[in-house]
Amino acid sequence: MRLELVKRPQRSMLFSALSPFIAFVLTAAAGAIMFALLGYNPVKALGTYISPLTEVWQLHELAIKAAPLILIAVGLSVCYRANIWNIGAEGQFIIGGVVGSIVPVLYPTYESWLLLPLMMVMGMIGGAAYASIPALLKVRFNTNEILTSLMLVYIAENVLDWLVRGPWRDPNGYNFPQTAQFNDYAILPAIASSSGRAHIGFIFALVAAVLMWFLMKRMLKGFEVRVMGASPRAGRFAGFSHGKMVFFAFMVSGALTGLAGISEVSGTINQLQPVISPGYGFTAIIVAFLGRLNPLGIVAAGLVLALTYLGGEAVQTALGLSDKVARVFQGMLLFFVLGCDTLIHYRIRLIGAKAEPAAAQPAARLEEAH
Amino acid sequence: MEILVAILLTVATAATPLLIAAIGELVVERSGVLNLGVEGMIIMGAVSGFIAGYVTGSPWLGLLAAIVVGALFSLLFGFMVLTLATNQVATGLSLTLLGLGLSGMIGAKFVGVPGPKLSNLYIPGLTDLPVVGRLVFGQDPVVYLSIALTFGVGWFLFRTRTGLTLRAIGDSHGSAHALGISVVGYRYLAVMFGGACSGLAGGYLSLVYTPQWTENMSAGRGWIALALVVFASWRPWRVLGGAYIFGAVWIGQLHAQAFGIPVPGQVLAAAPYAATILVLVLISRNKRLTMMNTPASLGQPFVPDR
Repeated sequence: MRLELVKRPQRSMLFSALSPFIAFVLTAAAGAIMFALLGYNPVKALGTYISPLTEVWQLHELAIKAAPLILIAVGLSVCYRANIWNIGAEGQFIIGGVVGSIVPVLYPTYESWLLLPLMMVMGMIGGAAYASIPALLKVRFNTNEILTSLMLVYIAENVLDWLVRGPWRDPNGYNFPQTAQFNDYAILPAIASSSGRAHIGFIFALVAAVLMWFLMKRMLKGFEVRVMGASPRAGRFAGFSHGKMVFFAFMVSGALTGLAGISEVSGTINQLQPVISPGYGFTAIIVAFLGRLNPLGIVAAGLVLALTYLGGEAVQTALGLSDKVARVFQGMLLFFVLGCDTLIHYRIRLIGAKAEPAAAQPAARLEEAH
Repeated sequence: MEILVAILLTVATAATPLLIAAIGELVVERSGVLNLGVEGMIIMGAVSGFIAGYVTGSPWLGLLAAIVVGALFSLLFGFMVLTLATNQVATGLSLTLLGLGLSGMIGAKFVGVPGPKLSNLYIPGLTDLPVVGRLVFGQDPVVYLSIALTFGVGWFLFRTRTGLTLRAIGDSHGSAHALGISVVGYRYLAVMFGGACSGLAGGYLSLVYTPQWTENMSAGRGWIALALVVFASWRPWRVLGGAYIFGAVWIGQLHAQAFGIPVPGQVLAAAPYAATILVLVLISRNKRLTMMNTPASLGQPFVPDR
């Protein structure tokens, strides 16, 4: 028995819409099996996993986790649509957070309404500049951007580590490796401080998603991105430059990722620490694919992936499982999304062991004839 | 002199996991498949190898378990990209993400537990020779195995008919299919070989290099192995050279930190990754040469039409 793919004459609209949901159900099923294998009641464990949805303050936490995921994934969707593989968002996130923190760390007494916009812009510049390194290397030296952007993640982690243990360490911080707490003017305001701590970074994410949707669907640049992704040759005939597209995609995603980084530092952590991201840059890759590389789909996908983080924490406290459960769920989700996407372009035919000889014979004879 | 010998010995242990993983990935890429899941397969090999070694008390059984788990884990990737024709870059990434998560979950109870360690070779007389004795006859067995593996893969790819077929599939899967070769079948075997190698590399990390389990202990070695394959322009012998250069960089930065060189430790820790970027730039600069060396079907999905 084996599987065979039969190409559909055109992409299936039905599966195009359904595949994220099928993937979601399959992930839940696989998760249930996993919990059962670990010796937990699967229904109860899954219930614990989604329990954060029942409390208002937890919904705030959901928004806090979803904001960076959506911002990063919206940027990554531009790259992936253009068939450019930026997988170093984690590093751009860190550098965005670092560059955006320059003013509040070095001038802690600077208090002005200008401070927050300045930090956000600097964060975006930092992220974009860091993302322009793999872009430059790809365009100028033909270097594989997957590997260079990923290597830069490790370098960014070391930069941040050096800063918070060295020159930027809080002199009054009892030698803890962290900067001083930011002053109130450097902290992103909360959306509704009476019910939880979600800050306006979530609004940034929603605005970015809508703007990007408009850019991709309604403007020439979006068309250019899609053409260059689908067929660089056709794009060249249309007068589009591949090099410029590489820079555009990397810098847009770097800027949005940098904004995510400084929003997280300013709104959630309020200072720099050796680690400022629980792998948002990598999880956002899953968000981008689960959202079908569509900015509006990414908003929904970002909320789902944010739930995997919160659910992981809930399972950890309630059942004593490792918080890595969240990563497992995220990995499974991406697998199932990619697998289900096959259904958009192909029909899957199951060929039974009995039927096979009959089906295979004419083909074999044909090959001989050739 | 003693210190130099000790350093050179550790260079080999740092180079060996890179070499094994890169040789495996080289075979996969020669068949036209790009598996970005090396990091995930290494870490799965590391955790399963450690647990098996810890439970049985035998590092050899640990390495065996690492190989088997690495191969099985790679089958997941193989099923996706070969049977379901999914995007290889995205699928490889998800294998890495899943591996990092799964290994952390499975290994949570084994963090900080001391495990068994594979002992070095000792041949009375030969190993006692000054200087060369320990370098040539006193390494751990996997070091020799990795060099034999390089020999074997070089011979297989360039001296056997099956190796020629594998390279042909990597350069033009359409033509190979038209000749009646089972493209998908060959690729499944290549992917599993790559998984077994990555698993062994992981088992080496947790049973020989540092005989214990820590989360994320692969520390980007899978990605460096991927870069090594490009650096080596898909030739086994150059992978060997590249792996030992990177092993030297890796050990060099550790020793520089220990010697208290007046540079922040983070600069040194970032050195292997910066070196990878530098090497990639140098090797990819010549666009024509790179295109000539790269397997032409690399990364492209293949669906046999009937």
